[in-house]
Amino acid sequence: MSASVGYNFGFMDEYAKKEIRRTVLKAVAIPGYQVPYSSREMPMGRGFGTGGLQLTLSLIGVGDNLKVIDQGSDDSVNAVNLRSFIEMTCPGIDTTTSVDEANLIQSRHRIPEKPLRDDQVIVMQVPYPDPLVIVEPSEDRRKIQHGEGNYSKLLVKLYEDIVQFDEITISHRYPTCINNHYVLDPSPIPRWDVPKMHQSRALILFGAGREKKIYAVPPYSKAEPLVFDDVPFRIEDFRDEHSVRRPCARCGCTSSFLDEFIDSENGEKVYQCSDSDWCDEQLAQQGEC
Amino acid sequence: MKKVLEVDGLSKIYGKGCSQCAQLTGPDCDTNICPQCGSVVAAHDLSFDLYEGEILGIIGESGSGKSTAVKTLYFDEEPTAGSATFYDGQTKHDLFELNKAQQRHLANHRFGMVYQNPHLGLNFGISAGGNIAERLLMSGERSYSTIRARATALLTRTEVLPERMDELPKNFSGGMQQRVQIAKALAIEPPLLFLDEVTTGLDLSVQASILDLILEIQQELKTSMVVVTHDLGVIRLLAGRTMVMKYGRIIESGLTDQILEDPQHAYTQRLVASSL
Amino acid sequence: MQKPILKLEGFSKHFLLHEQDKVIPSSHGVNLEAYAGKLTALIGPTGAGKSSVLNGVYRTYLPSSGSILYKTKDERCVDLATADEHQILDLRRHEIGFVTQFLRFLPRQATQDVVAQPLCRKGVSYEVALSRSQEMLAAMNIPERLWSVSPATFSGGEKQRVNLARGLIAKPRLLLLDEPTASLDPKTTDAVVELIKDLKAEGSALVAIFHDPSLVERMADDVVALTPPQQIEKKSEKI
Repeated sequence: MSASVGYNFGFMDEYAKKEIRRTVLKAVAIPGYQVPYSSREMPMGRGFGTGGLQLTLSLIGVGDNLKVIDQGSDDSVNAVNLRSFIEMTCPGIDTTTSVDEANLIQSRHRIPEKPLRDDQVIVMQVPYPDPLVIVEPSEDRRKIQHGEGNYSKLLVKLYEDIVQFDEITISHRYPTCINNHYVLDPSPIPRWDVPKMHQSRALILFGAGREKKIYAVPPYSKAEPLVFDDVPFRIEDFRDEHSVRRPCARCGCTSSFLDEFIDSENGEKVYQCSDSDWCDEQLAQQGEC
Repeated sequence: MKKVLEVDGLSKIYGKGCSQCAQLTGPDCDTNICPQCGSVVAAHDLSFDLYEGEILGIIGESGSGKSTAVKTLYFDEEPTAGSATFYDGQTKHDLFELNKAQQRHLANHRFGMVYQNPHLGLNFGISAGGNIAERLLMSGERSYSTIRARATALLTRTEVLPERMDELPKNFSGGMQQRVQIAKALAIEPPLLFLDEVTTGLDLSVQASILDLILEIQQELKTSMVVVTHDLGVIRLLAGRTMVMKYGRIIESGLTDQILEDPQHAYTQRLVASSL
Repeated sequence: MQKPILKLEGFSKHFLLHEQDKVIPSSHGVNLEAYAGKLTALIGPTGAGKSSVLNGVYRTYLPSSGSILYKTKDERCVDLATADEHQILDLRRHEIGFVTQFLRFLPRQATQDVVAQPLCRKGVSYEVALSRSQEMLAAMNIPERLWSVSPATFSGGEKQRVNLARGLIAKPRLLLLDEPTASLDPKTTDAVVELIKDLKAEGSALVAIFHDPSLVERMADDVVALTPPQQIEKKSEKI
């Protein structure tokens, strides 16, 4: 399949891409607000990153360098398929696995370890855009609560968590308040990645294809996880039973988010950088020394 | 003495209403359904006021419009006509001129409501303490330990064992649920509290202790209250002044002892004569 | 000449019973004055409407006609027959007391709290009100062991003494007494007489109904005699 077969650059027609760009403008103008848009049919099932894909296809142009990540890895199935689809439908673009080289990054469930620059845009794939959905079944009422910045029901959920488990149990999709008003669902990133949104130099865009919503954390915005004054937000600490920070089994890094594997041979737990580009870079630096 | 609330010409019609509605309904017509257009005149031209620290009773049978009156003031219903002014310190709020967001803000921050049905006032999916926490969180409290301490104090005050604060309300008896509801309503120490048939359906002994609690709270916090009931005993115990309602109209109002000892309207006389 | 603090002119009270279509007359054309430091006694046969007068002044009854002019502490003249309910409640709280024949109290409230209540409502601290209440109960010969229980189980005489203690504690400017000593023994009656004299000496005005003519003789500075009203009227006949 190629553009000559009859598909427009970026698969979608120009009007569809324009609509999405307008939606992005609105999302940037109202930080954290879920802007509805008419999510198009993509030649893949909804829930496989169609929201992120539509954003990428609307933003990308000839000469852009794209990185696609799935849970930190460029080689996971979802990343590979999305990348090859974009390559097919967008002739003239480049792709890369390096955060440094990319100016557009589409990601599922992770924000790269390396701080992003202000000439980069990251697109996040979102399954459930509304953080209030777990506490408020009525969409009408959710909209009112968003409008009035009333997130007391979410805070009650956190309260109940602390009462029951002595800590806040939300591990992914931690509700985060943007510029003092709207609380968004940052997609299923771990808590580790939440502080990266705060004063991020890069524009962060969120696309929910099935739920037909786009929202944004504009560069240099406040992003504050919902917490109590006296129960601070904590990120994963990856300490072992001796309270020592586990290193990555591959590169030895002690400052990255780690994935846990079971070694198929000896059945032991192995910890490795979730961000494969980061891990490679650490290894390369060690080689240089 | 400071005025807290002033209601003027409050009306609520369910249905499209017509020019005849007011004339063809009411106690004299023995109905609140307009024979012209079939609309229900739930409340018509209610005017009353409430002073700081005062308990005003509204008594009447079901369908008299007594609940409608407080529901419009708590913004659960929209009135068809009339105005209501809430005096909050130096500020004056024209209740029905406020937009929805302002109304909700006021209801969350300055008013309290205790319903007959605890399902309306409590979230049954979260713990008793969580219910109180919600109200505190809504008003901007963000310290977990402060919230815990406040919830413990409130539940102790309303005689719910604080050890039970992390249980779901469904595990509680009806009387306990009402106590939790009162604790929730009081969490932000609202200057104005609405109580809609709060003791109806409870055992007599439980009723009595809830009424005691309300009275003690009123004396401690000087909360102004509007108490809606069909029970003369509740009025006798709580209210300094009383309004008697029938078919959406206030047919009589006065000092509670005067309403009970020297009722003027035929309906009130019947009501008093038939009370146990 | 001393000016009255309470002046009833042409006060009447009748009850309109809708159900029976009847008008029951009670007080009729009553003129009465009460002065600071004096006791005005209402006398007359049963049914002459003596209690209705007191109830009218206290606004437990809505007067049918006439005026009830009251001069407040700050020298305002208020017609109690028509005054705003908030004003009546305020006067009840600060100036006008009423000791009825029956003790009305909140259930489950300790006797000492029942008695202390008028002081608390006036704004006195609970501690001060409580110690005053205990003094009053002692003066009324209520045994100390009863102070902390509800008066619900008390005898008629005990209830009446509690009622008096509550009526007198706040030293109202105008005190209405409706047969306050009806079921008291001579010793307690004497104690009550002394308390009432003290109250008079402190400048309160009293309007009282006594069942016992000798008490009227002992206590009253002025006497107003009421006559029983006419027959019970059919509402429809009366125009």
